[in-house]
Amino acid sequence: MIALDKIQSTAEVLMDKAAIEIPDDYLTGLKHAASTEDGDLSSFVLQAMLDNYKAAKEDRRAMCGDTGCPRWYVKLGNDAVVEGGMVALETALRRATANATNGVPLRPNRVHPLWRTDHDNNVGIGAPEIEYGFEPAAAGEDKADWMDLITVHKGGLFGTDYRMLFPSDGIEGIKRFYLDSLVAFGKRGLACQPAIIGIGLGGSKDTCMVLGKRAACLRTVGNRNSDPRIAELEDEFKELGNSIGMGAMGFVGKNMVIDCNIEVGYCHTGGMQMSVHAFCLSSRRAVARIHGDGRVEYRTDPDWFTPYQRRETVAWEGFEMQPLEAAE
Amino acid sequence: MSKPSKMRQVRLSTTPTAEALADLRLGDIVYLDGLMYTAREGVYMRALEDKANIPMELPRDSAANFHCSPAASINADGSFTMGAVTATASFRFAKWIGEWMAKSGAKLIVGKGGMSSATYKEHFVPNGAIYLTTVGYGTGALLGRGVEKVEAVHWDEELGIAQAMWVLKCNNMGPFIVASDLEGNCLFEIENEKISANLDKVYEGTRPATLKRFGETDDRSDELIS
Repeated sequence: MIALDKIQSTAEVLMDKAAIEIPDDYLTGLKHAASTEDGDLSSFVLQAMLDNYKAAKEDRRAMCGDTGCPRWYVKLGNDAVVEGGMVALETALRRATANATNGVPLRPNRVHPLWRTDHDNNVGIGAPEIEYGFEPAAAGEDKADWMDLITVHKGGLFGTDYRMLFPSDGIEGIKRFYLDSLVAFGKRGLACQPAIIGIGLGGSKDTCMVLGKRAACLRTVGNRNSDPRIAELEDEFKELGNSIGMGAMGFVGKNMVIDCNIEVGYCHTGGMQMSVHAFCLSSRRAVARIHGDGRVEYRTDPDWFTPYQRRETVAWEGFEMQPLEAAE
Repeated sequence: MSKPSKMRQVRLSTTPTAEALADLRLGDIVYLDGLMYTAREGVYMRALEDKANIPMELPRDSAANFHCSPAASINADGSFTMGAVTATASFRFAKWIGEWMAKSGAKLIVGKGGMSSATYKEHFVPNGAIYLTTVGYGTGALLGRGVEKVEAVHWDEELGIAQAMWVLKCNNMGPFIVASDLEGNCLFEIENEKISANLDKVYEGTRPATLKRFGETDDRSDELIS
């Protein structure tokens, strides 16, 4: 059983880490970008960002004043049991979000869309978002008695778009929408490039947006899709984005894309939905695994897209349905 | 800086002289000293549309308007905790900016991403004001270090923490980049023009979507903002 107080205290630590500590994979990617950048203004910006990450850690101060919209991804191992049930879990995550907003502090960004009511704690109707995934025990793991708690604080205004394409649009059409999106996001740097770009392909409009957002926020720099042909596209699209001639803040430069991640889902036979999502210069994400025995392991790789999450078949191979216990 | 920058660095008062403003060039890096206040749509609407009295003596106390909501909290004892500070995108405030500058005497508009050269020429030039953009735009921790203290917070009860008028005492606060000059030239438009020249080449081998969206334009040099 996963203890409720452990969930809340871990969630509060994750809120703090996501806001303050730049993930290593993105930092390495940005350092590489800084070393290759030759635009004067773009170079200045990237160096200032590297200084900023250091200042944030030294001062334990949020990296960016716009601390984004906190959300949660909860991945439950198939054998996990949560103390108090799922309603208690959601209450703990909402409480942690509110406490960290005042504690770190974060910016209380979340308001009612019409009445602009601000609870000053990033909690309200539908906020923070809480999304779920499930995972069978891994090979060699006896029981999946754990919960992965992931928080992502992506910005809430710029850097996402969706388009319904069709099979006749082909790769050329995908490239066109990709470039259109990057140039639109990149002008004046409103989406805060260079960033990790996520692309969702397929599904339906809503799931396509979910796939693209997760591709941007739940995969790390250097990671590749398990389908080798998609992995090739990821490399090609990264290079294409960096050939636009635009750098940080929309100044002349050669670094728009720190990495490009693509996720796909089966779609209607007549369509080819596409979404593009840019994460930002602060790439706020933090992860912890809470085990049933109380151990907590922190990391920065969400490791969301396991083979199970990308499964194509009806049943999950290697998973045996446990028969219900006979009534006594 | 671990890599020496080629950009010129300048320290500037938040109540700058006309000479100091005339000396600034597009692309200069600026660090600010003095009081700066945050004001965005909430403050503009309250001061300009609802005609509420501005709770500061402007521009005597400050001629620097920051388009910002800080990551900050007001403690139970009335003190403030100021974390990171970054700007929000300024183009959305074009409809209020001329009237605000006339009323407040602001000479420095500090924000994210600049405004259009049309806005600069119509409102900034006659008011002798220039635009400073934050860098990155994520240098919130560096800017937070530049806030020596929070002098006051006004209208937090009426507008909430994010929209309130925060008065910040700046000490070598930066970096910012000069994004407009007294003639109304726009750094971002100059850069966009250079980038647009290369776009046709990058777009080679792509094709427009089969199904168009209503209102789409093929003009890739479009600034996208009004």
